[in-house]
Amino acid sequence: MTTIKAPRWFSKTKKVDAAQKDEAFFRASQWQLVWWKFRRHKLAQMAMVVLGILYFIAIFAEFVSPFDPLHRMKEFTGMTPSPIRIIDAQGSLRFPFVYKPIQARDPETLRPIYKEDTTQLFPIKFFVQGDDYKLWGLIPGNIHLYGTGLQPDNKIIPVFILGADTLGRDVLSRIFFAGRISLTVGLIGIVLAFFFGLMLGGLAGFFGGLIDEVIMRVIDVLISLPQIPLWMSLAAALPQDWPQLQTYLYVTVILSIFGWTSLARTVRGKLLSLREEDYVMAARLDGEHEGSIITRYMLPGFASYIIVSLTISIPGMILGETALSFLGLGLQSPIISYGVMLQDAQNLQTISQLPWLLWPVAFVVLAVLMFNFLGDGLRDAADPYVT
Amino acid sequence: MTENLIEIKNLRTYFHLAEGVVRAVDGVDLNIKRKKTLGIVGESGCGKSMMSLSLLRLVPSPGKIEGGEILYHHTVHENQDNALSSVVDITKLDPMGKEMRSIRGNQISMVFQEPMTAMSPILTIGRQITEVITLHQKVNQAEARNRAIEMLARVRMPKPERVIDDYPFQLSGGMRQRAVIAMALCCQPQMLIADEPTTALDVTTEAQILQLMRDLQEEFGMAILYITHNLGVIAEIAEEVAVMYLGKVVEQTDVKSIFYQPLHPYTRALLQSIPQLKDVLLRHDDARRLQTIKGMIPDPYQHLKGCPFHPRCPEAILGVCDTVEPKVIQMGEGHIVRCHLYDK
Amino acid sequence: MTNPANKSEPLLEVQDLKKYFPIKRGFFKRVVGHVKAVDDINLHIMEGETLGMVGESGCGKTTAGRSIMRAITPSSGKVMFRDPILGLVDVAALDDKDLMHVRRSMRMIFQDPYASLNPRMTILDIVGAPLRAMGLFHGKQLEDRVAEILDLVGLRPEYMRRYPHAFSGGQRQRIGIARALAPSPTFIVCDEPVSALDVSVQAQILNLLQDLQGKLGLTYLFVAHDLSVVAHICNRVSVMYVGKMVELAPTRDLFVSPLHPYTEALMSAIPLPDPRPRTKRVLLSGEVANPASPPSGCYFHPRCSYCQDICKTEEPAFKELTPGHFVKCHRAAELNLTGVSEILEH
Repeated sequence: MTTIKAPRWFSKTKKVDAAQKDEAFFRASQWQLVWWKFRRHKLAQMAMVVLGILYFIAIFAEFVSPFDPLHRMKEFTGMTPSPIRIIDAQGSLRFPFVYKPIQARDPETLRPIYKEDTTQLFPIKFFVQGDDYKLWGLIPGNIHLYGTGLQPDNKIIPVFILGADTLGRDVLSRIFFAGRISLTVGLIGIVLAFFFGLMLGGLAGFFGGLIDEVIMRVIDVLISLPQIPLWMSLAAALPQDWPQLQTYLYVTVILSIFGWTSLARTVRGKLLSLREEDYVMAARLDGEHEGSIITRYMLPGFASYIIVSLTISIPGMILGETALSFLGLGLQSPIISYGVMLQDAQNLQTISQLPWLLWPVAFVVLAVLMFNFLGDGLRDAADPYVT
Repeated sequence: MTENLIEIKNLRTYFHLAEGVVRAVDGVDLNIKRKKTLGIVGESGCGKSMMSLSLLRLVPSPGKIEGGEILYHHTVHENQDNALSSVVDITKLDPMGKEMRSIRGNQISMVFQEPMTAMSPILTIGRQITEVITLHQKVNQAEARNRAIEMLARVRMPKPERVIDDYPFQLSGGMRQRAVIAMALCCQPQMLIADEPTTALDVTTEAQILQLMRDLQEEFGMAILYITHNLGVIAEIAEEVAVMYLGKVVEQTDVKSIFYQPLHPYTRALLQSIPQLKDVLLRHDDARRLQTIKGMIPDPYQHLKGCPFHPRCPEAILGVCDTVEPKVIQMGEGHIVRCHLYDK
Repeated sequence: MTNPANKSEPLLEVQDLKKYFPIKRGFFKRVVGHVKAVDDINLHIMEGETLGMVGESGCGKTTAGRSIMRAITPSSGKVMFRDPILGLVDVAALDDKDLMHVRRSMRMIFQDPYASLNPRMTILDIVGAPLRAMGLFHGKQLEDRVAEILDLVGLRPEYMRRYPHAFSGGQRQRIGIARALAPSPTFIVCDEPVSALDVSVQAQILNLLQDLQGKLGLTYLFVAHDLSVVAHICNRVSVMYVGKMVELAPTRDLFVSPLHPYTEALMSAIPLPDPRPRTKRVLLSGEVANPASPPSGCYFHPRCSYCQDICKTEEPAFKELTPGHFVKCHRAAELNLTGVSEILEH
């Protein structure tokens, strides 16, 4: 039985003396402790920043993208990623710029190829005017984050950082918009998983007995079903004439089936163990009624585990949506998601000629990786009372 | 042959952590005599467990033996009449090396507090004992199994031929502890280290195990280093006692003197703070208050000047006890104490 | 609080208390037997007294304490408690509304200071929980009451803003005691309150419990396995073995002249902090009986050195042999057992 001092991972930003730091530690609530422990995990911190950027882009996609994702530019079909130059024809250093591309035809393959017209350079500017848009379908505007701006005679000088696809659409703009679907499908999915998982896991853990048995066996059956075939058959049952939003929600529900099962198990397991804790018995003897005991005494005990479980199931949903749409079973054009974009990259010819169409893969990998790092960090910090 | 089996001189085992340095063992001098039982008494944080782990070079990282010597006078049987002893400094051995491994389990064994976690749950008792035997002795499996059954019988395990094929979870706490003792003694070690082996047991089982250990000590002629916080158990089993506080030995003497003539204020305070049955017989209806030691065990990262016990000592001498570290003082027949009160 | 005229009547009287746990097997959880954790115990405690309950693992003492508190529901039997508001009631049979009243006066202190405090609540919330849940205090008054109680157990009132992780084992146990005392109870079940503490901290907590008993007129049921602790703090002691109460007597009588062979073995097994050699040792053979399938007749007979034929077939009755001294043994009247004094005297 020794005197207690604040551990190293609990620090305050202001320079405080040891006694103040100890007292702050003594008065730190569970969430404060979780936060300070989470901050140790540098990878998770970085993941949070990266994910923050990805979601910012997804929210403000209209602004961040130089082009409307559905804007087909015949004059630039299949264009390679725009070479962004900083040294001009005379050899002097300039702010990044592009030349106007001139379309020509490859004599052998008859594919469009592009040469640069070096007579005039067009600097890349920020906050330029471009395609009109309505932010979230509500707020009209036409300022974009970057581009070459409006040109006289309405000609477009494109900055295709990741190239254009076979219909002349900017790949990067489409990727930014794809984030809206692919990254949010996971979020809505976990909301559904949360409700089902908490409810069913809570019932199983709280009542035990037959209810517990039934729910657990249903979960066992569900998770032993092969995932992709199950998704495929459910998605194949999708009527083709449904409005896009409905399709999107249906796909989300399908994906969350596997998410809630792991959460339900976590909730049930934690409930069963917490029920036996002395402090729960003490609470009953104090006169607290069951509802209060669940919310004040038991739920806080596994709230952080719920967050971890949900965070870890998001990558699965992102990958699931990508896989389904890639196979043509989930979302379709004109909705844009990473999977839908990858449909264009399904044949060998396209990939060999327009390899930049595979860029959505990088973004999927990035998002999934970041969620995994985040989940790792949260898991480590989930129980701050276990040293 | 020397009287001392092990001589510990100024042993220091420190843990260098991000928060600071924990001096788990901070300058311990101890002699463990052959065939005798030395009891180590102390509360949590006094370093008794770390010291025993240091003896077997099992200190978990980031702990390290920073200094001192552990001289092991082990017997080398040349022939029947002339048993020599040769010395090896355990602190200088490679903890994973052949020599150290031939000491562990073979010449010096250890028994822990929790028998359930000390044994593998997926191997039978027999497998675990025969593993120790075949590791150190050149016998085949069948002979090892026989020796294992014999060992189980010697620790008075009921039905040893059946228990040998049981798993740890099938046995009760007392039986598991017997199995662990059998594992520790199957190679007839020269010393047994017992770290709180009966703390987790019921009192009647504890009495059985203590009796067993006393009998086995006679049978095997081995030394026992018995670590506990229970002064009653110390009185039962130890012949000599060392009291530890914050990594140092503060008093050491034979068991009778510790109880009848305790010198160090910490020893005295410990004795006064335990409820004693003899008071039940002597007292009248008013309850006797237990004497408590004021304060708490201090923060392990803080290294106080002077005597480590001075903030809690009822007899601390201001200006002396809080500045100067007390030396080891000889007080008569093998009675040493580390306290300024006895410094002439 | 209590009517002075009731001082001669017990504050708590337990009659034929049983708690059986069903053993379920198979997918459909069929009940194949029962673990008889508490099997017919009878005791009474007078106001201001401390009754000890000792026994080894599996004896049922913790289950008995919890059944008496109705933290778990007894299988059968009566727990007659003299509540300051409701009068004499049977706690085992109360409806929820009345049970809430009794929970004010019957409180519990737990063994594990690390598991008995919700790590996510402040000390104010923990100690104030009974006051709030029972509707006794609110707001500022509740804070004042919590400050008062913390002071009573030797903690500084400003500690109420802290969380349990700020405190050592001994301090946490004080918080647990404060929580027990908050609604001004008359009776407290102490479930091994010092077993998990260091020796020096044990002494502090035992002294605290004794002081509080004197100050507040509390009555304790003290469940423990350390016989020296029990001898120190209890007026009377009961001994449990595999769900049965085998002996009940004033402390001195139990330790000096035990009447049950199991008590004799317990006394003999206690490691005394006194290095004088002990001559009359009774060492038990065998293991503690299994409460799911106990032996026939007297549960202790397989390990008893005084066993006779009748012990194997017939369960002895719990009888008062000498005033205040109860024992459950066929041969109690004729045996001359060794107590502690004979062991110590030399």
